[in-house]
Amino acid sequence: MEHYKMNLTLKVWKQKDSSDKGGFETYQVKDISSEMSFLEMFDVLNEQLITEGKDAIAFDHDCREGICGMCSMYINGKPHGPWEQNTTCQLHMRAFKDGDTIVVEPWRSKAFPVLKDLMVDRTAFDRIIQAGGYISVNTGNAVDANAIPIDKKDADDAFAAAACIGCGACVAACKNSSAMLFVSAKVSQLALLPQGLPERKTRVLSMVAQMDKEGFGNCTNTYACEAECPKGISVTNIARMNREYLNAGLSSE
Amino acid sequence: MTFKQLFTSSIGKKFTMGLTGLFLISFLIVHCGINAMIFFNDGGDTFNHWAHFMGSNLIVRTMEIGLFLFLIIHIVQGLMLWSQNSAARPVKYAVSGASTNSKWYSRGMGLLGTLILLFLVLHLYHFWTPSRLGGIAGIHSLEETNLSAEYNSMTVHNLYAEMLLVFQGNLWVVIVYVLGVISLFWHLLHGFQSAFQTFGLNHKKYTPIIKGAGFVYSFIVCLLFASMPVAMYAGWVQ
Repeated sequence: MEHYKMNLTLKVWKQKDSSDKGGFETYQVKDISSEMSFLEMFDVLNEQLITEGKDAIAFDHDCREGICGMCSMYINGKPHGPWEQNTTCQLHMRAFKDGDTIVVEPWRSKAFPVLKDLMVDRTAFDRIIQAGGYISVNTGNAVDANAIPIDKKDADDAFAAAACIGCGACVAACKNSSAMLFVSAKVSQLALLPQGLPERKTRVLSMVAQMDKEGFGNCTNTYACEAECPKGISVTNIARMNREYLNAGLSSE
Repeated sequence: MTFKQLFTSSIGKKFTMGLTGLFLISFLIVHCGINAMIFFNDGGDTFNHWAHFMGSNLIVRTMEIGLFLFLIIHIVQGLMLWSQNSAARPVKYAVSGASTNSKWYSRGMGLLGTLILLFLVLHLYHFWTPSRLGGIAGIHSLEETNLSAEYNSMTVHNLYAEMLLVFQGNLWVVIVYVLGVISLFWHLLHGFQSAFQTFGLNHKKYTPIIKGAGFVYSFIVCLLFASMPVAMYAGWVQ
């Protein structure tokens, strides 16, 4: 593929802290290589801002190889930008052309308050996991990993659900800011495996209760979450969680 | 977990929407089936016969109470969800790529439902109030508008004549009805398959069948409903 350079106009959300109202700032960047990642382009812009004595743009990032779930930009109306099954750090500038204007916003949800600029507080997800997204393991000798036979299909489905990196793109994409895809992936991953069975019912009830408490919206099955998920988590997980919840809710006392 | 906790949770509210929605879907089959009898073009004899049965049968009348109850629950719960969901995102996005990730009608269920509700107010005023209450404020009352008919030596409501009265020569009423039915089509197209997902039925083999059945159901029911006012306005049925 041909390499090229581009000049871009960036409209980026700037917000001092969670109590500030915030607003868009317009920046110009020049000579951006098509082979740069989107975050490298932001690094160039920040270097430029620091040199000019201006306030750099705060954004979340960590591994920059698409597996940590830290980056979280809402680019031109889509979480993680225009490419499918892709994180912001793996989005490359060849997705854009010279002269483009790119609008970058933080995730928008009551449950994800903006900390600064493009950084949002996603600890709501941590609290949902703490509510039940775990299994209890007895201490003692390590159990043979293959001691319990597991159906291949269940193992594959659990693995596919476990691919969720908890980035929150599902919440950002959903018109209701619903966290159902994230929670259902975490519920499914454990409900499908024998190790998850002892806490199966209390898990789904506790995690959904915590999800509701955090202020996420309600799912209306638009499936925008699945379309925007960088890890391709399927909405069949939401159906599975609905089943798990109905079963646990009706049978518990 | 108590029933209250179950049905006030986010997923519980979905169950309520799906359950009442599926009941309303089954109601529409009966409603559409009986109304389609006007196409026998027999001066409304067959239609009036079954309309009278539906209006006088004790079991059907009891179910009508359930129908209104479920309808009100579906509407109230829907409006509450709409306001909660919009409050879950206090600051909206400046740019939206929603059209690239989801169907417009799946995102517009609240708006479509509200349009159907507005249509329903007019529809109940046109047909339910004269049939059950003898017309509100003297409008469409059986005596004044000659809507009573003899049936098995009883004076009954001539619902067929009522339809002619509402639709013949009233172009704006026909247009509003057709628009109402178009809103219903999109609402059903999402609602039918969405209810199954809500109850946890998402399966590689069955989901395409459910989606197909949902389309066929929505299309046939809405086509029949829309053709009724049009046929009466155009004089295809007399």
